[in-house]
Amino acid sequence: MPFSPIILWTDALIYLFVVIVLSFIGYVRHHEHLLTPWKRVGHSASGMSALTILIFFLTVGLLDTVHFRPVLDHKTNDGEKIYSVEVLSLLDIVVTPLRTHVEKTYSAPLASHLYAKETIELPDGKQVRAFARLEYGGAHLQNPETEHIGDIIWRGTTGLAYGLLVWGILVACLCMLLARRNQQSFQHTLSAIWRRTTEIPWYAILITLLILLMLIGCVSTLATHYHVLGTDKVGQDILYQSLKSIRVALVIGTLTTLIMLPFALLLGIMAGYFSGWIDDVIQYIYTTLNSIPSVLLIAAAVLMIQVYIETHPEIFETIASRADLRLLFLCIILGITSWTGLCRLLRGETMKLRELEYIQAAHAFGVSHWRIISRHILPNVMHIVLIATVMDFSGLVLAEAVLSYVGVGVDPSTISFGTMINAARLEMAREPMVWWALMAAFGFMFTLVLSANLFADAVQNALDPRTRILKQRNSFFHRPAKQETIPLNKTPETTTPSGPSQHP
Amino acid sequence: MKTLLDIENLQTLLHTGDAPVRAVDGLTLKISEGETFALLGESGCGKSMTALSIMRLLPDAGEIVAGRIRIDGTDVLQLPETEMRKIRGKRISMIFQEPMLSLNPVMTIAEQIDEVLKQHLNLPRQAAQLRIQELLEQVGIPDAPRRMHEYPFQFSGGMKQRAMIAMALAGEPELLIADEPTTALDVTIQAQVLDLMRQIQQRKNMAILLITHDLGVVAEMAQRVAVMYAGEIVELATRDDFFNQPAHPYSQQLFASLPGKQKRDQALAVINGNVPPLSQQFAGCRFVDRCNQALALCHDTIPQWHPVSGQHQVRCHLYDKDSMHVSSNPMTDSPTRNVVNIAQTAHASTASLLLQVTGLKVHFPIRKGLFKRVTGHVKAVDGVSLKIAAGKTLALVGESGCGKTTIGKSILQLIQPTAGSVRFKDQELVALGRSQLRQIRSQFQIIFQDPYSSLNPRMRIIEILQEGMNALHIEKINHTDANNQSSNPSREKEIDALLQRVGLPADVKWRFPHEFSGGQRQRIAIARALAVNPKLLICDEPTSALDVSVQAQILNLLKSLQNNLGLAFLFITHNIAVVEYLADEVAVMYLGRIVEHGHIDEVIGCPKHPYTQALLSSVPQIQSDPDRQIIHLKGDLPSPAAPPAGCHFHPRCPKAMPICRESYPSVSAFSTTHTAHCFLYPQEQGSENYEH
Repeated sequence: MPFSPIILWTDALIYLFVVIVLSFIGYVRHHEHLLTPWKRVGHSASGMSALTILIFFLTVGLLDTVHFRPVLDHKTNDGEKIYSVEVLSLLDIVVTPLRTHVEKTYSAPLASHLYAKETIELPDGKQVRAFARLEYGGAHLQNPETEHIGDIIWRGTTGLAYGLLVWGILVACLCMLLARRNQQSFQHTLSAIWRRTTEIPWYAILITLLILLMLIGCVSTLATHYHVLGTDKVGQDILYQSLKSIRVALVIGTLTTLIMLPFALLLGIMAGYFSGWIDDVIQYIYTTLNSIPSVLLIAAAVLMIQVYIETHPEIFETIASRADLRLLFLCIILGITSWTGLCRLLRGETMKLRELEYIQAAHAFGVSHWRIISRHILPNVMHIVLIATVMDFSGLVLAEAVLSYVGVGVDPSTISFGTMINAARLEMAREPMVWWALMAAFGFMFTLVLSANLFADAVQNALDPRTRILKQRNSFFHRPAKQETIPLNKTPETTTPSGPSQHP
Repeated sequence: MKTLLDIENLQTLLHTGDAPVRAVDGLTLKISEGETFALLGESGCGKSMTALSIMRLLPDAGEIVAGRIRIDGTDVLQLPETEMRKIRGKRISMIFQEPMLSLNPVMTIAEQIDEVLKQHLNLPRQAAQLRIQELLEQVGIPDAPRRMHEYPFQFSGGMKQRAMIAMALAGEPELLIADEPTTALDVTIQAQVLDLMRQIQQRKNMAILLITHDLGVVAEMAQRVAVMYAGEIVELATRDDFFNQPAHPYSQQLFASLPGKQKRDQALAVINGNVPPLSQQFAGCRFVDRCNQALALCHDTIPQWHPVSGQHQVRCHLYDKDSMHVSSNPMTDSPTRNVVNIAQTAHASTASLLLQVTGLKVHFPIRKGLFKRVTGHVKAVDGVSLKIAAGKTLALVGESGCGKTTIGKSILQLIQPTAGSVRFKDQELVALGRSQLRQIRSQFQIIFQDPYSSLNPRMRIIEILQEGMNALHIEKINHTDANNQSSNPSREKEIDALLQRVGLPADVKWRFPHEFSGGQRQRIAIARALAVNPKLLICDEPTSALDVSVQAQILNLLKSLQNNLGLAFLFITHNIAVVEYLADEVAVMYLGRIVEHGHIDEVIGCPKHPYTQALLSSVPQIQSDPDRQIIHLKGDLPSPAAPPAGCHFHPRCPKAMPICRESYPSVSAFSTTHTAHCFLYPQEQGSENYEH
């Protein structure tokens, strides 16, 4: 085999998470009444646009989750293959040029020269201080001063064209698929999408996809010969770092939530539902936990793990598995410290629900406590859980940055938004300023969190049986035709301009 | 008399959902100075929207698209907002339904009234304080100089509504808009507040626009009446004309659907269906789908105003002199209502005792301090005994806060009683374990007041109905396998039958509760209780959240269920008319204890306890009765945490004697069934004495 697969701890948990999600989807597909509200998610333009972008992030994250060790060229004396100590992921293979094109130090986005002057020895033995040419970025240019901009424009345009081409093919495939399913002509389907009369807002999805694909096309043609987002202090490509950070952000966001949810749900609902001494005990637990500075608690736990890792080097085959264990424990400890807020919310909501008459009616039927909690209370607090977890998601990604700053975040060898932002602290103070690392981290995080928020919003709207679905024509693209009856002070439901969010 | 308020062709739209809702659609009315004008209608007819349009306080989604509102000649709709603020509170004032929600909890009453004075009168500080005190005294708040500096939470419900009225009067308005001013109050308090409004009106010659759904309140208060239906006024008359000879079929049917003593043996006339959605354009009469005298003409021609007599006008084709129906006087043709003569249940005498409650006490501890020491008890139920025979209805009557609901819940063991016994068919329920209790839970069930919170919004109707069946393992025999999910055909058939029994089509079982109206939800709640074949239903104010016409449907349903299934009801209510219609026996409760108990005719016909007498006299009557005297009770219901010594009722009792302050009266029997606790009557010794 040309490689040896490696499954890290977080990989295993992500696989588990994917299996859970897939089986949930399978379960929902076989139950008509559960499927109907989820279909409504598909009718929200903003939600589906956000989902398109989320899928891009998830794909990058999942590609980065498949880890392996490539085989080395030479063999041992007995003919056994030797695998590299370096753990690579599928993403690393896809973006090999980004990974391997390492410059000396800082370079600006799309630059052909370094960002700092250095002493260059000329062929005639003289030394000058100048901006040196980059080793990879724009290395193919004979005369960067004159060809640089033209080359970028030409490559960028071809990239855009590739994106457009791929998009066109996708649109054609989609139309064919829809036409066959609905037994309509290709022409008819296409015009239905164009006139935005389809059930699922294909128009919005396709526009988002077009922007996404053109960006990807543009970036990928440029990336082979330039550093699109520049390089950092040790000359690593920022684009590569940003792509690698996505997985860490997703892991911290999802695994922490997964660890936190059982605590928050179980304890919060139990405290609100049973009240009495159970409520007292749970309240004391979370009040106590809340009053310990969480940074202190996290620092203590992470440092303990670090000591453990360092005293037991024999159980870690690679650096990656060491870094991964640290990431996992960071998630666990973040999960343990961050459930209190949601728990408190759920306790209050449950106390309110407990007094409602349908719960009383269930008591009158002698329904067991467990059933009341799972059938009556849990579904009615789910909207809080959904909103709280999505809000937490961005908070957790940021918390990771703060912890990295204190030195108790992810392993220094792990690339994450946190480490990038942490590094940017010094770069921003530098003269001339290095702004691109921070901007890249900001742009990627912003897009990820915004699309997660928008998608969660759409899910929340669709799953609440009380909200009646208005035929929501996205006013970002299209003004409703019945303008004359709309008053000056519009109702809040009709205004949700969302469209595709910006891309980095 | 001079016209004060003149509304012409008012149209108010509400922009919600897909199509705008025409909440008020072409409303025209005139109110003269010093007149009480009642706007009567079911919920969702646009009454409140009319009031808010006059005040120009519509919600953001609301918009006045046409019409003119003139107050004393000034067109309110043409004024800029700054001018409008000088009118609100000064020329037009408004009082709202919920006194609890319309006062700011963090400001004292004086500060809130002072805001109005500052805005409109610009009095010096001293004078303002005096004026506030005067206003509060005017609305009958005792000890006004001290109480004006208290916060709303220190006031009781009736007092808050008085304070609201004082606030509304502060600017000495010419027109007072009262939007359901007494709906949230108890009958005895309602009588006080209505009386107060009448007095003030006479003193100040102020016009009142009274918005209500209660025919009784209209009969007591109004001089002229407008009946509103689906956004427009359908009948306009003086009070006497309206109550003697209601002209519009809607008004007639409303009267017919009122429960009462005379209708005991028959089903109530119901108005089928609901108020139509106002988002549509109407081609004909808006009431046509629910009308029992509809003509072919009604479907396609919008009726115009037709005079009945003098000032009495009606918007109905039946009164169109030009049409061929002149000859037939609509009042004389008997309404084609389905008078189902329900045979009185004859097996009453042989009925066995189903439920026996003796000495039931429910005390809630009041805890204080760091260690939650018990410093007192709220005696919500304090020694109640009652019996219900199979197939019979016992009504439990009393004001809010007297412990009615607590009794219902503690019979079901939803609240653990502090003392006493609840025997159901010779089985003691108190102190049974959860699992033992579950075995007999199917025998007694409960229906709640609020149909909006009694159904889980996230469950479909089929799941709601199945829940009880599954929990109590009803009909376990039919399916031996453990897979008793919704796929089970016999279970589904049962649910279809249940839905049919409560008058709903079978296919509603796949829908969610939010798709139903209040009345339909209440039917579902009844079906849920019936799913486990109970013998006793505890109905906790099942109709008080519903409109009169829907109330009639539910009462009919309950009555037919009782006849067909032999159910016994414990009917908890404060609505005396419903009691007269439905109950066999009545127990009157005051502050955790039953003060009078007896057969319906005995208690309603000749009440013995002064509280019962006051309660019955406070109920607004439709038929004006010259002999009727309202017994006004002083003050409010005392707190059950510190009930007065002696007879609980003595501080409010018009006939209190010295002995009443010392000990609680024991029982006085008037017949084998009729008993009361009052010192006015000879005391029986030995039988259940309350210790104090």
